[in-house]
Amino acid sequence: MREITFQKALDEAVAEEMRRDPRVILLATDFTGDPIKEFGPARVRFTPISEAVLTGMGLGAAGSGFRPIVNWRMVTFSFVAMDQIVNQASKIRYMFGGQADFPVTYRCTTGGGIGLAAQHSQSPYSMWMHLAGLKIILPSTPADAKGLLKSAIRDNNPVVSFECSRLATVTGPVPDGDHLVPLGVAEVKRAGMDVTIVALAYYVSEALAVAEALAREGISVEVVDPRTLVPLDAETVRASVRKTGRVVIVDEAPATCSAASEIAALLTEDPETFRCLKAAVRRVCAAPVPVPYSPPLEQAALPSRDDITAAVYEVLKESLRPL
Amino acid sequence: MALDKPQVTQMLRTMILIREFDELAIQLRAAGKIYGTVHPYVGQEAVAVGVCSNLTVSDRVTSTHRGHGHCIAKGADIRRMMAELFGRVDGYCKGKGGSMHIADFAVGMLGANGIVGGGLPIACGAALAAQLEGKGDATVCFFGDGAAAEGEFHEALNIASVWKLPIVFVCENNQYAANNAVAVQHPGVDIAAHAGAYHMPGVIIDGNDVLNVHAATGDAVARARRGDGPSLLECKTYRWHFHAMRNTPPAETRSSDEILSWKARDPIARLEQHGLERDVLSAAEIGAIRERVTSDLDEAVAFAERSPFPDPKDLLVDMFAD
Repeated sequence: MREITFQKALDEAVAEEMRRDPRVILLATDFTGDPIKEFGPARVRFTPISEAVLTGMGLGAAGSGFRPIVNWRMVTFSFVAMDQIVNQASKIRYMFGGQADFPVTYRCTTGGGIGLAAQHSQSPYSMWMHLAGLKIILPSTPADAKGLLKSAIRDNNPVVSFECSRLATVTGPVPDGDHLVPLGVAEVKRAGMDVTIVALAYYVSEALAVAEALAREGISVEVVDPRTLVPLDAETVRASVRKTGRVVIVDEAPATCSAASEIAALLTEDPETFRCLKAAVRRVCAAPVPVPYSPPLEQAALPSRDDITAAVYEVLKESLRPL
Repeated sequence: MALDKPQVTQMLRTMILIREFDELAIQLRAAGKIYGTVHPYVGQEAVAVGVCSNLTVSDRVTSTHRGHGHCIAKGADIRRMMAELFGRVDGYCKGKGGSMHIADFAVGMLGANGIVGGGLPIACGAALAAQLEGKGDATVCFFGDGAAAEGEFHEALNIASVWKLPIVFVCENNQYAANNAVAVQHPGVDIAAHAGAYHMPGVIIDGNDVLNVHAATGDAVARARRGDGPSLLECKTYRWHFHAMRNTPPAETRSSDEILSWKARDPIARLEQHGLERDVLSAAEIGAIRERVTSDLDEAVAFAERSPFPDPKDLLVDMFAD
């Protein structure tokens, strides 16, 4: 299978969907590659830096028969469009009683770890999860990036695609042809028996590296990647935890009201999963601070492999004690 | 060009229907028959009717929190509007939206909106769709003087002008943003003055003269259909009632002289006068229009009351499309 970067996989997804469906249009202040060359300036629009109007235009065009892709570029910029995201996009279908569909895809980069400091290193997907009316994808590999984004563009609802900055240049195998990954289906990235690590985006590969290292100590770690945060495939995550009895949830957003919190709740609220737990649920998340710039500070703010490894040891040690 | 009798009759009928619909909504809210809030459009009827009389069903509009008039003028069914106010399953939104979220996509009414300025970006998206479709459809974006102080107004006018979108921005300057007078919100009293900065025509209209609104909008809509880009129309008008009511209408804070001076320019009385003076309409015909409006509204209320409340088990229906 050919190996391409995460960014190339995303670009391929957009180009393939634009070839497939002439109703797909692009709105952004800038583009990777040269989509105008193939698709022309009517469908590919360089826009003013006007996030609110772009976000709302996505809804208006979607409600009028098109399938816009609005690229906020960095999630930071989406906050300028809060009214259109919170009051309009997440509610527009339901509050109008399902009269119309709004097939719009909002894209943005997310996450820290590349020295962009407080504003441009955020991972706020749980804010959008909370709104209830937006679907959310968060891929961790080039193959998932391509397959999920293609599914998002074909979905008949507003979907937010969070694209992890640290993964942009990562390469991986991507199937040829019309590669689709359905929304709402988690994937077990590595099977194991002793501990489940539920990891998001960049931290899937970090969890896999930790699992590989711990395997040499005889500790068998299962790594589960939800891939989609709305809808969230609770059953795959629960099934893994029912098997291992121990779970560490890893994400680079701060822990408070995070995706990690939601996953922890979905596990412990389920009586069958709760009864299988041999240790308390652990979260490994970012420190509750704006992400700082200086490398030692930034590294201290974000989860590390050592943090993940320590959490795995803790849940193993804890579960040796009698209940 | 003078309007013919069917056109004038239709305009008058729609304006009276809008007025009586909202006068009735106030009564129904005070009686506890409907819930939430009501933002009456009474006094501004000439704007919705004068604008929408230039549109076809394939033209799209976005509306505001004060949206009943836009719905009716764009061709929505008052029975389903009333059922929505009553929170019933036969309402436009199956009771999920209420007064502030009535929409009828089948007639190109893309929704009322609880956020001042919130409809401007959505209207630009509808106009982009019309531009890409290339069938000559136009989009009208209704908003108030308050929205001109929002960032979304400026983003929308800018991009619409840069892309020559087929859109008409219709500012209904009713002199108050919620309860704040125009003079305390804007450095000048004319919202249309913003048009120059965005390189589009800006026209100030007597918003209480439906024929004037109709003619000015006709020019702007024609310009949009030709592909020549957006226009900003400012309709000077006045809401006769309060900004919003919950259980009871709030106390009036505006001067009675001001209110009376605007009531003297009643858009419905002016159109009736126009029709009578030119022998386009007779007093008997006007009386018949009013009787018909009354019976239509009675029927709408009966329709709403017959419609069942939504079943709580359907709470999550309509969240996501398949």
